[in-house]
Amino acid sequence: MERERRRLLVQGFVQGVGFRPFVYGLAQRWRLGGFVLNNSLGVQIEVEGPSTALRAFEQALRTELPPLARIDEVQITRMEAQGDASFAIIESRSQDTKHALISPDSATCDDCLRELFDEQDRRYHYPFINCTNCGPRFTIIQDVPYDRANTTMRAFQMCPRCQQEYDDPLNRRFHAQPDACALCGPQVRFTMHAGDERELLEGGTTAIERAADSLATGMILAIKGLGGYHLACDAFNEQAVQRLRQRKQREARPFALMVASTDHARQLCHISAEEETLLESHRRPIVLLGQREQQQVASSVAPGQHTLGLMLPYTPLHHLLLAACQKYFRSDRPVVLVMTSGNVSDEPIAYRDEDARTRLTAISDGILAHNRGIFIRCDDSVVRVTRVGQQFVRRSRGYAPEPLALPQPVPAPILACGAHLKNTFCLAKEKQAFISHHIGDLENLETLLSFKEGINHFEQLFDIQPAVVAHDLHPDYLATRYALELDLPTIGVQHHHAHIASVMIEHGLTEPVIGIALDGSGYGPDNAIWGGEVLRADLNNFERCFHLAYLPLPGGEQAIRQPWRMAAVYLYAAYGTDFQRLDIPFTRQLPARNWKTLEQMIERGLNCPATSSMGRLFDAVAALLGIQSQVQYEGQAAIELEQLAMASPANQPCYPYHISCSTGELDVLPMIRTMARDIEQGVAAATIARRFHNTIARLLVAACDEVRYQHGLRNVVLGGGVFQNQVLLEELLPRLLQCSYKVYLNQKVPTNDGGLSLGQIAVAAARLKK
Amino acid sequence: LSHGSGGKATHNLIEGIFAPAFANTILDRMEDSATITLGDQRLAFTTDSYVVNPLFFAGGDIGRLAVHGTINDLAMAGADPLYLSAGIILEEGFAIEHLQRIVDSMARAAHEAGVLIVTGDTKVVQRAKADGIFINTAGVGSVRASANLGQALVAPGDRVLLSGSVGDHGIAIMLAREELDIETEVSSDSAALHTLVAALLDRIGTRLHCLKDPTRGGVATALNEVALSAEVSIALDERAIPVHEGVRGACEILGLDALTIANEGKLLAFIAPEAEQEALRALRAHPLGREAAVIGTVQAEFPGMVFLRTDIGGTRVLDMLVGDPLPRIC
Ligand SMILES: [Fe+3]
Ligand SMILES: [Mg+2]
Ligand SMILES: [Zn+2]
Ligand SMILES: [Zn+2]
Repeated sequence: MERERRRLLVQGFVQGVGFRPFVYGLAQRWRLGGFVLNNSLGVQIEVEGPSTALRAFEQALRTELPPLARIDEVQITRMEAQGDASFAIIESRSQDTKHALISPDSATCDDCLRELFDEQDRRYHYPFINCTNCGPRFTIIQDVPYDRANTTMRAFQMCPRCQQEYDDPLNRRFHAQPDACALCGPQVRFTMHAGDERELLEGGTTAIERAADSLATGMILAIKGLGGYHLACDAFNEQAVQRLRQRKQREARPFALMVASTDHARQLCHISAEEETLLESHRRPIVLLGQREQQQVASSVAPGQHTLGLMLPYTPLHHLLLAACQKYFRSDRPVVLVMTSGNVSDEPIAYRDEDARTRLTAISDGILAHNRGIFIRCDDSVVRVTRVGQQFVRRSRGYAPEPLALPQPVPAPILACGAHLKNTFCLAKEKQAFISHHIGDLENLETLLSFKEGINHFEQLFDIQPAVVAHDLHPDYLATRYALELDLPTIGVQHHHAHIASVMIEHGLTEPVIGIALDGSGYGPDNAIWGGEVLRADLNNFERCFHLAYLPLPGGEQAIRQPWRMAAVYLYAAYGTDFQRLDIPFTRQLPARNWKTLEQMIERGLNCPATSSMGRLFDAVAALLGIQSQVQYEGQAAIELEQLAMASPANQPCYPYHISCSTGELDVLPMIRTMARDIEQGVAAATIARRFHNTIARLLVAACDEVRYQHGLRNVVLGGGVFQNQVLLEELLPRLLQCSYKVYLNQKVPTNDGGLSLGQIAVAAARLKK
Repeated sequence: LSHGSGGKATHNLIEGIFAPAFANTILDRMEDSATITLGDQRLAFTTDSYVVNPLFFAGGDIGRLAVHGTINDLAMAGADPLYLSAGIILEEGFAIEHLQRIVDSMARAAHEAGVLIVTGDTKVVQRAKADGIFINTAGVGSVRASANLGQALVAPGDRVLLSGSVGDHGIAIMLAREELDIETEVSSDSAALHTLVAALLDRIGTRLHCLKDPTRGGVATALNEVALSAEVSIALDERAIPVHEGVRGACEILGLDALTIANEGKLLAFIAPEAEQEALRALRAHPLGREAAVIGTVQAEFPGMVFLRTDIGGTRVLDMLVGDPLPRIC
């Protein structure tokens, strides 16, 4: 039979994921000759054999991929047969692999899990078991190329047996950089502290047992994970959870939970097939799931929430800890651990051991740590499944730094600096956009430093020297300041345009769209704070068609922290000073003296920027309904308003509103007046909340219709943090679809400001092309 | 051109327009006063214009402010103020009794401080070409032998001392100007600081490295200027910074940060670490420094930045004020 030879150039996630042994295995299966090697673009293969065998090989190459591998492109060239009978893996020179893609951290694979609990296996109960199909990646890499010497595993010298596996192309651990065993690798240790006393307890399996035992008695432990420390306690223990809340300070945000299996998760929450897949994926995000009514976790885990954030164990240490907890916890219910970020209030999560000891000692009773360093902090990702697919609340561990494939190559390498809160940055080169892990609130010094270091790290890892830097228009965003201090040409991108562009580039939209951007605040070029915007946008530019009518934001950020201010402002706009005579709980409880000052501030324009923010309208309505007069975290009032609306039947009439086509103002004061009357007449708060959501949905559809009428556009793009609101989406989507609009949302990056950097890339790329 | 309430907007104007045009070795130091040497005599020389509205407010008036402000600029150079000039621009129709009150107030403030107003000038401009009254004062003082001060001398390890509470002047002015019905007892801290400086210099001499009066843009702006020019960072302890209850309450309702509000009778002192306690005692022994506190430390890491360790244990970046703050949170 005639032999043929082919060269295949494979691009994608094909390095450091067991790809070469996989190719080697396939070649053996069909007795093909040739070789495989890593090069700077990916993997190069030459195979030789009968053409039927080659076809089968090529087929299997695409369909039998190792779990962490991803093929983006294969280029095939026919060659002369050279008579190779055997197949070889050729060692790569380091400069060839310098800029291979670095994969995200991945949850323990099934093979490793089996070994972990197999008494006969030499890695039985070893908390750092991993292979090329699983384990830490992004969080331990200090430099390229991705070799052990460039990771925090450098500190550990492999024992002969590990080395043997590492060197064997047919072994699952061939070139698995974090490979280790109990003899040669990282170790756990458990310490308890009471006051300044520190008691070092056992390492090894006993450490985990002792940790489980203390969790069972209601203690709070700091536990070192993949991308940082968690704070953990028994989620059924109300006192422990409350103690944790107190120690974390001013913290009202829901806590994430970890359970051993989907079956256990199912005892707490309703789980669809899609949610199950997500929960069990090797990315292991926190998945937001609807709570079962009878579920019993402590009420302070997620106060006022209808959902719980659940995740499954993603490191061998988690698996061992949960298994140990089964022994020590009450046996009549599943083990559920609170696993919240290891920090106080707004600080970034602790990830360096020394820092964790100083910061977390006061919050925890003990620390379960280990000596494998975390190089890059990486928070858990948070995802939910909506009727339009997956929605990210935070895209971080398990996803970063995997690049998004762009529909078009960018004309030059671009750095986008992102937003002020929930910051991510993004570096784009050719057809790839590397969106960073969650950086956080840049006003925090440590976060700001990790933003700057993160950018340098990404530039080096992915070999990108930005030629242009894109930034938000807000002059006081620290990300903007950073951009302006760089010695690079800058492209300023309006906040809400970036939200819309972020969705557009995800879906490959280039033609003009109707963009509905709803969020808390973004800087408008007229020096106002925007946030309720209907735009006509393409990637290059936008036109503001409609916006919520401007109202003052008395006291700036203080009005964001205290929703009662916006409630009073809306009533004041609707009724004038007379609003105080309304007979509703809100006005009865209004601090009259404070309002007097606010009224004077508004009249004199003293620290009262104008705003069209939809987030503030949600705040105002929440406060009118008596939900929150002061919020403890971003979006809290709106989230609780949404939860309230869920308690009402969906089918509620809308409130009146007015749309001005000449000024583009969306006037909701008629709604506020009718709503106030509803409150006066004692209509249930849930009903009013529902009517409010329905009204906003209808108002937006009406605005879309106007834009369509004027411009003939049919594609509607929804962006901004407000679209995390499921009630609003449930109302808005069917209405838009009924009117035969096509609707797009972010599915690969957050719709909140975490997705802003991608939108900045999109706009900057479009402007560079022009 | 937006007329800023101080801070970064003005800072940019100075950096962009004036500094390059007038550049010379004395100006380039960018201190509150110029220090010049005539023979063996070190003199401090400064000028400042006052355009405050309203003209009269709790704790002072524009005249008093014009005297104190220039004295304080001299004092920040470690000088004993000696002579002032007074340049006055009046809007046609300005009430003579107001002028009388202001001039009397200037005379009293000068007398109390032991300085002489030795020269002056007056112009009257047409209606609407000025806003009532503008005052410019210039001043000359003799630098104390024990003073060796400058932003360039600020070094990592130095302690940052503040002579008293922050925000009183700016809040008092704002309440008066905007006629806000906030029930608080806030009055301007307007005061001449040269005797306080003298007390400090007498006690710690050259271990005092730099003085700064946190006027427009407040403590945040003054410290950012030092951090940039000395290429250091400054870490502040939020809990240590004295803020009067009335100022705190007003800031809470107005949504302002007391650290960005103007002061007219406070100083920031950068002090060698070993002199910290002595300096604190010297300040507290003086009537104008009774509430003095150590509020922070100078560091080498992250040059150009000022940050605040908050009472819940976080570390917040403290920026200069750019006009009115626009919300950055969502
Ligand atoms: Fe936003
Ligand atoms: Mg001055
Ligand atoms: Zn594995
Ligand atoms: Zn080993």
